[in-house]
Amino acid sequence: MQPFTTHTGLIATLDRSNVDTDAIIPKQFLKSIKRTGYGPSLFFDWRYRPDGAPDPAFELDQPRFAGRSILVTRNNFGCGSSREHAVWALLQDGFRVVVAPWKEINGQRLPAFADIFRNNSVKNGLLAVELAEHEVEALFRHVATHPGARMTVDLARQRVTLEQDPSLVFAFEIDPGVKEQLLKGLDEISLTLHYEAQISRFEKAHLAEVP
Amino acid sequence: MGKTLFEKIWDRHVVTTLPDGSALLYIDRHLVHEVTSPQAFEGLRLAGRKVRRPELSFATMDHNVPTTEDRMTIADPISRAQVEALRANCRDFGIALYDLGDDRQGIVHMIGPELGLTLPGLTIVCGDSHTSTHGAFGALAFGIGTSEVEHVLVTQTLVQRKPKTFKVEFAGRLAPHVFAKDMVLKLIGTIGTAGGAGHVLEYCGEAVRSLSMEARMSICNMSIEAGARAGLIAPDETTFAYIRQDRPFAPKGAALEQALARWKELPGDDDAVFDQQVTIDCNRLKPQVTWGTNPGMVIDIDQPVPGPGEAAGYSRADVENALAYMGLTPGTRLTDVPVDVVFIGSCTNARIEDLRLAAAILKGRKKAENVEVLVVPGSMQVRRQAEAEGLDEIFKAAGAQWRYPGCSMCLGMNPDQLKPRQRCASTSNRNFEGRQGKGGRTHLVSPEMAAAAAIAGTFVDIRTL
Repeated sequence: MQPFTTHTGLIATLDRSNVDTDAIIPKQFLKSIKRTGYGPSLFFDWRYRPDGAPDPAFELDQPRFAGRSILVTRNNFGCGSSREHAVWALLQDGFRVVVAPWKEINGQRLPAFADIFRNNSVKNGLLAVELAEHEVEALFRHVATHPGARMTVDLARQRVTLEQDPSLVFAFEIDPGVKEQLLKGLDEISLTLHYEAQISRFEKAHLAEVP
Repeated sequence: MGKTLFEKIWDRHVVTTLPDGSALLYIDRHLVHEVTSPQAFEGLRLAGRKVRRPELSFATMDHNVPTTEDRMTIADPISRAQVEALRANCRDFGIALYDLGDDRQGIVHMIGPELGLTLPGLTIVCGDSHTSTHGAFGALAFGIGTSEVEHVLVTQTLVQRKPKTFKVEFAGRLAPHVFAKDMVLKLIGTIGTAGGAGHVLEYCGEAVRSLSMEARMSICNMSIEAGARAGLIAPDETTFAYIRQDRPFAPKGAALEQALARWKELPGDDDAVFDQQVTIDCNRLKPQVTWGTNPGMVIDIDQPVPGPGEAAGYSRADVENALAYMGLTPGTRLTDVPVDVVFIGSCTNARIEDLRLAAAILKGRKKAENVEVLVVPGSMQVRRQAEAEGLDEIFKAAGAQWRYPGCSMCLGMNPDQLKPRQRCASTSNRNFEGRQGKGGRTHLVSPEMAAAAAIAGTFVDIRTL
């Protein structure tokens, strides 16, 4: 897996909440048995008109976002289907980072990203950054008023910095295990195979007991 | 302090705790289908790795397969290649496959329970978010991505952070014509599509206890639509009676007696503490129908469609986008809205009980002229049972199409798709934009509500039919 250390790139905004993985990559592209080739199909139904031509109204394909590699969006991104193709499509269309806000409702903190999507991101080196709602709001405002807005995401220091407005610096939290895996680009299967002896021991006792 | 059902299952499956505090969790059953597995098998081949326990993985084809008489010859060459890849992978790695044409083929979440693979206290995973279905048996079951599919194939384990626990009490009793589907839609409408994120839901209460296994599966199935990792229902006599039926892989005789003794220890302790809880009053529950583009956008059938600012938990923009996509205006009564297609099927509602409920409504009646009605049983076993009971004849006489099993129009990976702007009363689980076909408009309902819409040609308050 490609390690993630720091990344500086152009920000694109997608002002929608609850973006599901069906929207990120529609079903017809899941028939492929390959891991590559999904980039052009990212957000297919929003991105192309019925005749197949690119829809100029689609936010992410505006000329000012050409070359974008950081997606800033709203809460509960990646909900729905478990399809890892959603993460592959984002990476293959040039994204390295997705930023979304956690939300507090009735005193409960709802995560920015759906569980399975976040797991799939880690395995592929796509960084999912969770910020507070007002911080993401500030990013939306910044991008709206600063053409060519760029941002540096520093995973080791767990912070994002806006290039054109150094006063905008946001710290983010991340699971320490996930951070390590991303920084080093570790292959989880190789890591787990170090525990082969424990798995065998557990398995022997467990399978004797469970039908 | 006592343990919840989830904690009991979790604790029995932790192989070891990893340095960062996450758990290496042993996986008892791995279900495989054609769409999310080919890249995992490719990964194995590239790394020269083997499947650790091929006898603990079980495969079928469901997402891509046609549901028409000519289904054995898949016309779409890309779909065909994916189905053939699964055949080759199962052959090469020694994994049992319930192939197209097999008497046990069906939607992966239908055949697990039918085969007796789904049992209380197990950990079950599949590269499919609706794996939560199996939680109805008191099994910890959740969906995973393709990288995790590969991880399970190689190691029979997964690296997992321990989720939090969330008690969902369905209090009271259901009124006639109100079902498990309405219970879970109401829950999602109440806590939102991210309300269960990071949690395992445990469903309890009088209304849950009185449900059949089929209905319990409908509830657990949609746990993912509340954003939850999994949903669980403690096993009881209803569960055990289901397992005692003809289930090839379930323990029998002395082994069953031993298993039953263990299973009876599974329900959570009285003093167990949950991280969160919510209560849904089932006494006052009405038939539910979704109006928007996610399952949390749901109302009682007798409520008007909300406008911007009127749907709790959704911004004005969310509601405006959803209404524009759905072609609805605020204040509309869905009982005045015509439907074009009725889909009775999916891993949510294509079990024998669902088909019986739909057939009871359709019996002796005709579908509305302009409505296309698809009835897609979830498995070959359900199809045969329905035919033995004569349900197929009722569906056909009503003007519905009687199909072969598969995921079908729930996600439209096969030819069963909505056309742009077609409106569908669907017993499936997701009303996302484009889910059933680009531009298609999905309203999630129970099987009875779907059948009633087929007759009336509009949504119907089933209680008034």
